[in-house]
Amino acid sequence: MSEVKVLTMAEMAAQGQEPEILFWVGCAGSFDERAQRITRDICKILNHVGIRFAVLGTEESCTGDPAKRAGNEFLFQMQAMVNIQVLNGYHIKKIVTGCPHCFNTIRNEYPGLGGNYQVIHHSQLIQQLIDEGKLKAEGGESFKGKRITFHDPCYLGRGNNIYEAPRKALEILDADLVEMKRCRSNGLCCGAGGAQMFKEPEKGNKDINVERMEDVLESKATVVAAACPFCMTMLRDGVKHIEKEQEIQVLDIAEITVRANGL
Amino acid sequence: MIGQIIFIIILIAAVYLFSKNAGKIRRNILLGRDTDRSDHPAQRWKTMAKIALGQTKMTKRPFAAVMHFFIYAGFVIINIEVLEILIDGIFGSHRIFSRPLGSLYGLLIGGFEILAVLVLIACFTFLARRNIAHLKRFSGIEMTSWPKSDANYILIIEILLMTAFLTMNAADHKLQLLNFGRYIKAGSFPVSAFIGPLLPDSTKGLEVAERGCWWFHIIGILAFLNYLPYSKHFHILLAFPNTYYSNLNAKGQFTNMASVTNEVKAMLDPSFIPGTTGEAARFGAKDVTDLTWKNLMEAYTCTECGRCTSVCPANQTGKLLSPRKIMMDTRDRVSEIGNNLDQHGKDYKDEKALLDNYITREELWACTTCNACVEACPVNINPLEIITEMRRYIVMEESQAPASLNNMFGNVENNGAPWKYSNADRFNWNDSQ
Repeated sequence: MSEVKVLTMAEMAAQGQEPEILFWVGCAGSFDERAQRITRDICKILNHVGIRFAVLGTEESCTGDPAKRAGNEFLFQMQAMVNIQVLNGYHIKKIVTGCPHCFNTIRNEYPGLGGNYQVIHHSQLIQQLIDEGKLKAEGGESFKGKRITFHDPCYLGRGNNIYEAPRKALEILDADLVEMKRCRSNGLCCGAGGAQMFKEPEKGNKDINVERMEDVLESKATVVAAACPFCMTMLRDGVKHIEKEQEIQVLDIAEITVRANGL
Repeated sequence: MIGQIIFIIILIAAVYLFSKNAGKIRRNILLGRDTDRSDHPAQRWKTMAKIALGQTKMTKRPFAAVMHFFIYAGFVIINIEVLEILIDGIFGSHRIFSRPLGSLYGLLIGGFEILAVLVLIACFTFLARRNIAHLKRFSGIEMTSWPKSDANYILIIEILLMTAFLTMNAADHKLQLLNFGRYIKAGSFPVSAFIGPLLPDSTKGLEVAERGCWWFHIIGILAFLNYLPYSKHFHILLAFPNTYYSNLNAKGQFTNMASVTNEVKAMLDPSFIPGTTGEAARFGAKDVTDLTWKNLMEAYTCTECGRCTSVCPANQTGKLLSPRKIMMDTRDRVSEIGNNLDQHGKDYKDEKALLDNYITREELWACTTCNACVEACPVNINPLEIITEMRRYIVMEESQAPASLNNMFGNVENNGAPWKYSNADRFNWNDSQ
């Protein structure tokens, strides 16, 4: 395990340097313990391939996504405009996010408010690095023959038509990739979107993440790959609910990439 | 001659009545707020060609797609025959296309007959799926007796029309073989030739059957035309403009409200002077008139197939939300307002609204904004946009968000994160690096 030195934009700007890419960590990636591990793994990948990157650190703030989906457009635009001021102040051109919600918001909804950046999700970064030959799957844990399935995050898949990038990260593993019954554009939501993450579900006969477990079990996968910190929470709770924590692992594609490369 | 006059009177009356009712629907749609969908015409035509004409989104359910294609192709192509019937009716001619088209005419009529059989197969299959197999997709709280009857009426009318068409051809064919009167040898009858033996042998009886079916067929079609504005079947017309005016942006992108942008800019910069946006003073949607005309067009385009509801994660887990109901409620409410305008004049306002009288808050708060309903709709209807607009009204006009969401708002506002963590700790993940 190599130590990764992560610079903030303020530090980098003080050194008179510009990053090739800004890593937008997101609230979950900053505060949620499980998602923090994914954040550190994304840093490891960036460091491994020698990309000069920075984070905003304490200058980062919520993109406003949960407020917007819940109907609080005021709060969303307040957040957006403050963030855009910070990003434009540092002349940011390229952003990679660790969360499909941040990705969707900055990519699609910030331009109308004056924030124009090239935005990619970390699965697209991994795909690009694999395509360029900079990232392989060697020197680390072997996933050969492991049964892996990918859970499409709504705001990556249906929301932005990105279905191949995360699968690319899994294809190089020489693993046994399987699709769930509801996948790609038919993928079933984990239940967290639309600000549901921050409230109790409405009355029903089942939780959505438990419904999703039927697809997971049917696929007989031992690894469920995720690409969103909220899906990660929901899927892990689902696995816990069906008492399969010993048999089924939920891993972000960044974590899988880091493990496969022994970073 | 009398026949021609009666025909022309019926035709004019039918077209007049239909235009009047279609005009009312147009008026109702235009009760919505304005939204600009005139950009990218080339891309819009392409979308319409692919989604409406090419029915590419139907294929997600292959069996229904094939059956629906039979009816669709039958409807569009057999209309060439209707054109002939209209000309014959007005001018008192008989099978006027047969001479100019020559041998092609036989091919056409033969083709129509085969299509008619395919339409019949599809209609009977659809009736069985709804009434015998009781497919789950066709039930639900919004599928009350009228939507169910509406669907059955449409299928039964189509069966009757196709039966009349085939019987008419069978009688005509028999009369042709008897060299009777004006029944010149024209057309080929691969299907109706088998119905012939069931018909009487006398020329008198055959003529009555032929004329009877001819009149039944054309009056049936004109009556069906006038049924459309009252029915979910209106989708056969609105599917085209509705896909033309589709949202061309990524599905994940929600609209940025210009009225809010002005207020936020003024808050952040006191010297900012907002331009007029021309938007209504109300934030979000309480009633259908707060929605855009596109939302309302979608409501009239919905044919209640239920593909949206069947993929909705909230609905699948027993929650109250059904995207189909959102669309049907929107249509029913705007029709109600339209009827009120007709009955009580343009200044009439009732005490009702889309929110609470039609759509409950529980439904709105069950949505995960996952876009599955939007993806599933074969004609690009977007129930999510209506849900979002109504949430905006509840949150920004009423401040009635669920308490847990208000907590989340407070956290975002004060700490820059939806949870109660201090912003100073935001970079702490780096400490254990």
